[in-house]
Amino acid sequence: MKIAVLVKEVPDTWGDRRIDPSTTRVDRSGDLVIDEINEKAVEVALLTKESHSGSEVTVVTMGPPSALAVIRKALAMGADNGIHITDDGLVGSDAVQTSAALAAALDGRGFDLIIAGNESTDGRSGAVPAMLAERLGFAQLTFMRTLDVGSDTVSGERLTATGHLDVTAPLPALVSVTEQIAEARFPSFKGIMSAKKKKVDALSIADLGLAGSDTGGAHSWSVVEQVTERPARQGGTIIKDDGTAGTQVAEFLITAKLI
Amino acid sequence: MAQVLILAQHLDGELATSTGELLAAAALIGEPAAVIVVDDGDGSALADKLGALGAHAVYVASSAKASATLVTPQVAALHAAVTTASPIAIILGNDTDSREIAARLAVRADGALQHDVVGIDASGGSLVVTQHAFGGSYTVRSVAARGIPIISLRPNSVEGTAPAATGTVTPIDISADTAPTATITGRHEKTEATERPSLQTADIVVSGGRGLGSREKFTLVEQLADSLGAAVGASRAAVDAGYVEHTMQVGQTGVTVSPNLYIAVGISGAIQHRAGMQNSKTIIAINKDADSPIFDVADFGVVGDLFTVVPQLIEAVKARKG
Repeated sequence: MKIAVLVKEVPDTWGDRRIDPSTTRVDRSGDLVIDEINEKAVEVALLTKESHSGSEVTVVTMGPPSALAVIRKALAMGADNGIHITDDGLVGSDAVQTSAALAAALDGRGFDLIIAGNESTDGRSGAVPAMLAERLGFAQLTFMRTLDVGSDTVSGERLTATGHLDVTAPLPALVSVTEQIAEARFPSFKGIMSAKKKKVDALSIADLGLAGSDTGGAHSWSVVEQVTERPARQGGTIIKDDGTAGTQVAEFLITAKLI
Repeated sequence: MAQVLILAQHLDGELATSTGELLAAAALIGEPAAVIVVDDGDGSALADKLGALGAHAVYVASSAKASATLVTPQVAALHAAVTTASPIAIILGNDTDSREIAARLAVRADGALQHDVVGIDASGGSLVVTQHAFGGSYTVRSVAARGIPIISLRPNSVEGTAPAATGTVTPIDISADTAPTATITGRHEKTEATERPSLQTADIVVSGGRGLGSREKFTLVEQLADSLGAAVGASRAAVDAGYVEHTMQVGQTGVTVSPNLYIAVGISGAIQHRAGMQNSKTIIAINKDADSPIFDVADFGVVGDLFTVVPQLIEAVKARKG
């Protein structure tokens, strides 16, 4: 089985994440990491490989040169090779444009299964997996909290706001996974060493055959006009329970007309 | 007047609760019209309801097994309606299905996807939408530079209702749609008929964390919520510990809430949790560790044992409410 996993380099959610008001883009000067949900997607790909002999796992990202680090992380976990879509002309792409670049890189390579995280922690649109299914003509099986990959079908539970759906689709399919899907393995020392030797193809706009008039922030479909930072929240009254704190909370709520 | 299409989701003959708000949002931009997909029949019963909520036209696609097919029938129906109606904007809900339908439609119909929109401003001659980024730390105003704006609207973002209209049915044909798709073989969802309000739209949210200690003791959070008529949420730690279902998770990788009142019980307030609730109007925190970061965003905080503070609070609330 030929499996592709989509990964993304994002600002670390444990730090202060910022948008640069002058460029209206995410400030990438802080700590950048592989999105946690992507590690789980890689784990699912590796588990699938282990249960289907002769499988191959390709890690795919689009991002600046620094994003090679998130491919290496996935290779260290056990993926076989990588594709790094990188070009200055892609900077500022929106989800529609990103899905077009990913589709151009993935189309025609014979993938049976493409696995993504359900949504990134920075953009949170959850749009790219659905868009990619649309572009590639793959069945879409997204927001999956469990997954059972057979030889020609894939099925499992799709998370919804009030529960879940049982869903099934034929291969080739595009899957996105939610955080309940699996715990990601840690790279072994041997994995980290061998990751450095694994093949990663760098693809440019020209390699992908995309039109320069369609790519990058200057040609985005949706354009940010203005970004405003909310003022930081001021801390309020903190009391230590002296035996009456529950009553005091109720009094606060009554004074504030909240109950 | 040019039409603005909304996708009306429905189950068992009932429209999704967000439908009226979607039509009210459409009325801010142009003439509201709705698109529905039904398994069989002409959709006239739903069309009557949509007319009452403000839809002038209702485009009805009938497709056997539509309700057992994941998102592709709705994409095909909206695409067909775009061809028929030439709308100036399309508005969908913010549930997972609607978000993914919007995403696919943006590709198929050459649209500009604007997801998780919390405000719509059509007053200046152009359509400007407001979104929040990084858990509400930033407010972002965006426009569609190319193509039709395709908006997924967060619940409780637009006030008011659209005036009732005729809901005139126009059938649309999606029989040519051949997109490979997933089949829904079972539904395991709680109906909206539970007594508690939904987490996304509740006026008051009470969330519990790992401090509750067990699934059994988490009922204390539910008791407090019920005394206040509130929705119940949870931190990721509480979900990971198995106290409650993931659908109740508030935070970076769960639901984002901004109620009038948010009460955090036994939640330390990791940055990822705060990303999902820091836009609440008033925040109360009850936690035993005085150094918990939740107190940095609390309007009123109690350092103490939640198992003594919360029962006392419930009694005081009940006494107040009589």
